[in-house]
Amino acid sequence: MIEVRDLVKRYGATTAVDHLSFTVQPGRITGFLGPNGAGKSTTMRLILGLDRPTSGSALIEGKPYRDLPDPLRHVGALLEARAVHGGRTAFNHLLYLAQTQGVPKRRVQQVLELVGLQPVANKRTKGFSLGMSQRLGIAAALLADPRILILDEPVNGLDPEGIVWIRDLMKALAAEGRTILVSSHLMNEMAVTADHLVVVGRGRLQADMPVAQFIAQFSGSAVLVRSPQLETLRAAVAEKGWQCTPSGQEGAVVVTGTTAPELGELAAARGLVLHELTPQRASLEEAFMELTREVGQFAHRAPGQPEPADAPVPGQYAPPSGQPDAGFTAPGAPGAGAGQPRGGNDGGH
Amino acid sequence: MSTITDTRSTLTGLTPLPPASGRAGFGGALRSEWTKIRSVKSTVWTLAAAIIISVGISTLGNWGQASHTSLSAADLARRDLVQRSMFGIMLGQLVMVVFGALAITSEYATGMVRTSLTAQPRRLHVYFAKLVIVTVIAFVVGEIISFASFLIGTHFWATKGVDLSLSSHGALQAVIGGGLYLDGAALLAFGVGAALRHTAGTITVGVFLLFVVSIIVNFMPDSWQADIDKYLPANAGGQVWATQHTADVGTAFGAWAGFAVYICYAVIALLAGLLVFKRKDA
Repeated sequence: MIEVRDLVKRYGATTAVDHLSFTVQPGRITGFLGPNGAGKSTTMRLILGLDRPTSGSALIEGKPYRDLPDPLRHVGALLEARAVHGGRTAFNHLLYLAQTQGVPKRRVQQVLELVGLQPVANKRTKGFSLGMSQRLGIAAALLADPRILILDEPVNGLDPEGIVWIRDLMKALAAEGRTILVSSHLMNEMAVTADHLVVVGRGRLQADMPVAQFIAQFSGSAVLVRSPQLETLRAAVAEKGWQCTPSGQEGAVVVTGTTAPELGELAAARGLVLHELTPQRASLEEAFMELTREVGQFAHRAPGQPEPADAPVPGQYAPPSGQPDAGFTAPGAPGAGAGQPRGGNDGGH
Repeated sequence: MSTITDTRSTLTGLTPLPPASGRAGFGGALRSEWTKIRSVKSTVWTLAAAIIISVGISTLGNWGQASHTSLSAADLARRDLVQRSMFGIMLGQLVMVVFGALAITSEYATGMVRTSLTAQPRRLHVYFAKLVIVTVIAFVVGEIISFASFLIGTHFWATKGVDLSLSSHGALQAVIGGGLYLDGAALLAFGVGAALRHTAGTITVGVFLLFVVSIIVNFMPDSWQADIDKYLPANAGGQVWATQHTADVGTAFGAWAGFAVYICYAVIALLAGLLVFKRKDA
């Protein structure tokens, strides 16, 4: 278990982590999500004792990282895949890590095999692709059979096959009862990987809940409606207190704050002709962007989007350019089932 | 690449680890640092370069001087031919600076230091393990340089009728001192490197302290030079690989007093490096 308690990290005038508290539980994958610059990597470095917190604490199984007697057996971490000396072979990179706490040499060969790097074990790492470097980083993290894994953007640079590989690996490890904290700035990746989400924006906690709850709470429903009597419809919608937003398509708008049946009944009551009535589910990506837009350091505003100041509360549906129902709709997707014990493979641990 | 897709096994099937040893200690840190330093070619090449350059320059210099001197054997015997035989150390010290610097700054250049410190978060263990490894390697290489230079040098001077050997007056101490001096240069750079975390900056500071300072002092008034000269790192440290202890201006330290002053520079740098390494965010 990882406990982050009221953690603060300031660099001069910049506050990278701002009174962050959350707990990472064993047996599930916790996605650590936030836009670039949200403080994810800093938080991970604080958990690993690499940086000193300005205040607050981060504990591993109740202890500060520095007090772990044999840290690699407790925590495996992948921070930056490229943070290896390019002149050293993959084998020797893992060997010097293993030697710090008496992990047998055989184990080095075995984790290299596990991640598929056996054929290049004796090659210097400067020739490695980013994907191979990520695999080496995973091997280092798994070296001493840790109960806790902390992985910073592990899918970066991996090909689709590699992404599936690491996703399955993390799920299997979580099923064995390990604690897994994995960061990403990609909501869709987290939606299919994580069970639980910790969302940060500008160093502050934005959400800490199961993935399914996150989707239900933040991807508000919306309805695309097409009508030749659009102006009359708009007025009727406004009377009801629902919101119209441009759909990016001629003759159609997106109405939020209601459901397709409600909107259909309204149209029928007023005798309005509808040419299309399509329920929209905001993708998780959009929900995430909505949640972090106001706090995101590098928030971009698309043309036509409202000013952040009067941006409505999370839940408003803002369709991406001319593509209704784009993106991933996650509820019920395999892997998104929150907190469910993962059956099937009881890794026998 | 069947291992890539076959993830159902996860970690089962891997060697069961021995029961947790309880503590990642200093012994493990030493083994780890030894592996680090021997497993990159840059270290090996730097040390090979130190030996080739130092011994090469010593050999060329002594061959040239011995074959062109017009001094008699008696006159030559009054000179510090022991120190002269190890002349290549003047350049060798710069390569040792590179070695000492790289031993720590390469971890920052690659970001690898964060991997190292997650494996061993007790930073003093890492620092002192590195320090021990660097000290021992630089000592061995330094002694190879000084002994090889001297033994080759004696051969050239023998042709001029000067009989030099390790049993000559002060020779053994000076030759051992030559290796110690080189070791000190590596330690100075290691300390500076830990404080600065930057390879080029560290090498610049090392070269400045060992070379440039002497040049600057040369432009000062003589009376100042007399006071300052002997404290300069290269001059103080130079006494330990000399058999005669008079400076060009003023008086010089004795062999070991000079070496103590020289090592003080290294110790100050090492303490500064220790503080930064222990306290600053990695």
